[in-house]
Amino acid sequence: MTTITANAVRSAGTSPPGEPTTPPLPGPVAPLYERVRAGREFGPNVRSTVDVLWVLYDRILRVTPETVDDPGRDRFLLSKGHAVAGYYAVLAARGFVPADWLDDQGGPDSRLGDHPDRLLVPGVEIGSGSLGHGLGLGVGTALGLRAQGLLTPRVFVLLGDAELDEGSNHEAIAYAGAAGLANLTAIVIDNGSATHGWPGGAGARFTVNGWTATTVDGHDHDALHTALTGQDNHRPHVVVAVVDQGAQ
Amino acid sequence: MMRERFVDTTTALLGDDPRTALVLADISAAAFEPAARRHPDRVLNVGIREQLMVGVAGGLALTGLRPIVHTYAPFLVERAYEQLKLDLDHQGVTAVLVSVGASYDRAAAGRTHLSPADVSLVDSLHGWTVHVPGHPDEVPTLLRGAVAADASAYLRLSTQHNARPYGGDGTLRVLRDAGPGAPLLVAVGPVLDAALAAVADLGVTVAYTHRPRPFDTAGLRALADTEVILVEPYLAGTSARVVSAALADRPHRLLALGVGREELRRYGSAEDHTRWHGLDAVGLRRSVDEFLASAPASAGR
Repeated sequence: MTTITANAVRSAGTSPPGEPTTPPLPGPVAPLYERVRAGREFGPNVRSTVDVLWVLYDRILRVTPETVDDPGRDRFLLSKGHAVAGYYAVLAARGFVPADWLDDQGGPDSRLGDHPDRLLVPGVEIGSGSLGHGLGLGVGTALGLRAQGLLTPRVFVLLGDAELDEGSNHEAIAYAGAAGLANLTAIVIDNGSATHGWPGGAGARFTVNGWTATTVDGHDHDALHTALTGQDNHRPHVVVAVVDQGAQ
Repeated sequence: MMRERFVDTTTALLGDDPRTALVLADISAAAFEPAARRHPDRVLNVGIREQLMVGVAGGLALTGLRPIVHTYAPFLVERAYEQLKLDLDHQGVTAVLVSVGASYDRAAAGRTHLSPADVSLVDSLHGWTVHVPGHPDEVPTLLRGAVAADASAYLRLSTQHNARPYGGDGTLRVLRDAGPGAPLLVAVGPVLDAALAAVADLGVTVAYTHRPRPFDTAGLRALADTEVILVEPYLAGTSARVVSAALADRPHRLLALGVGREELRRYGSAEDHTRWHGLDAVGLRRSVDEFLASAPASAGR
């Protein structure tokens, strides 16, 4: 397990004194995240995904508000659909949704639910919320791109370590490895929340099926960038992003 | 056999239309081997993984492909029901599902391979077309139509079939007209021949459909008087709500026959189960006689 330190988030901004294990939110995202939050208390599982989301949208994903329907775009599938506050904040920060959509999130006239709906939110690739659906959809998306000769776009699927409890993920992990789905990257946010744990690490569940795996500090933006671009283009790739267990 | 017609038609569709894809979970994989060799990127056997099979179909559809998904009915519809609801419908994408096994084609295999509730489960979703062919020769046209359409469709193949095929678009087709005011019997798919035999000497109009969803409610309203008899090869009463709603503005009586809910815990053959569920000609006649005999006196029959 990687130890989380204040140094891990040096690229994200200045750590507040006295809270070395609670890294600040990425600068452009912070006010938007607070706007979604609107004073509500979210669990650590929500906060723990923001750094990965920001690195993806800021530095890796080849998708913009103008290309959300482009067949050649990269796909980001949020399987862990409850990690939605940071997701909406990042989508707003990158211009996919207007910032004023963040107000009244979950309200009767809001397009932003407690789980995202791809038919309601521009840039959202899948509706999620029931755990264990994103990776199968991601495998199908990767296969569909490959079948159409679209070899450039990459499919990223974000899951949680507890979400790996769902057996459907293991159907997808085994098959993606066997099929050599080189255009697929899974990201597991590991905040140690799986009730029975993953002895040997979450990544082992993937590597035994032929994936490449990297385990990194989930708040270290440079390390995340390196890991998220570390695929060997012959096999599916997984990044296990370890975040503060149980902390905000 | 319906399954062979499905394999041949799907293999042809894969060659004709590069948008078509096939997702398998080992069942029928050997029969699709030639297609898999020709189209390795679009014939995808995920192994014995039905949740993934439907999830993959959803992902393929998200990229613009038209997936055909196939396995045994209980594994396709019952085991992967949440994937149908979320990986297809909730994502706003569609697929064509083709099952084998039906209610009790493999009776000797026992409860695990019986799927009388499949149509009822699909019917709990929105906007699905359901095809229940009554003859192998009905399969190619129904499959081609389903793949060419934009909506999701469920094709329920069976080893049970009628002596001859009936074409048409699934609107009610009158095969015996007993004249105005006669009771109307609607038979779905492979139960038609038994239904025709059951009422051969009765003044009952018999109509056929291989498309219970969307049910031809306009045809029903045109043909029905006060007595309606439904004979379906899956769970009894599956279409009762549709018929009742279609005739809500007129007094009518409905007899909805089909496969019972009780687990019989018996093996035997499909023909045995047809008899035990009262869906053979003798059993149907018994039910129809009781139903018509119990008509209020004012009905005049």
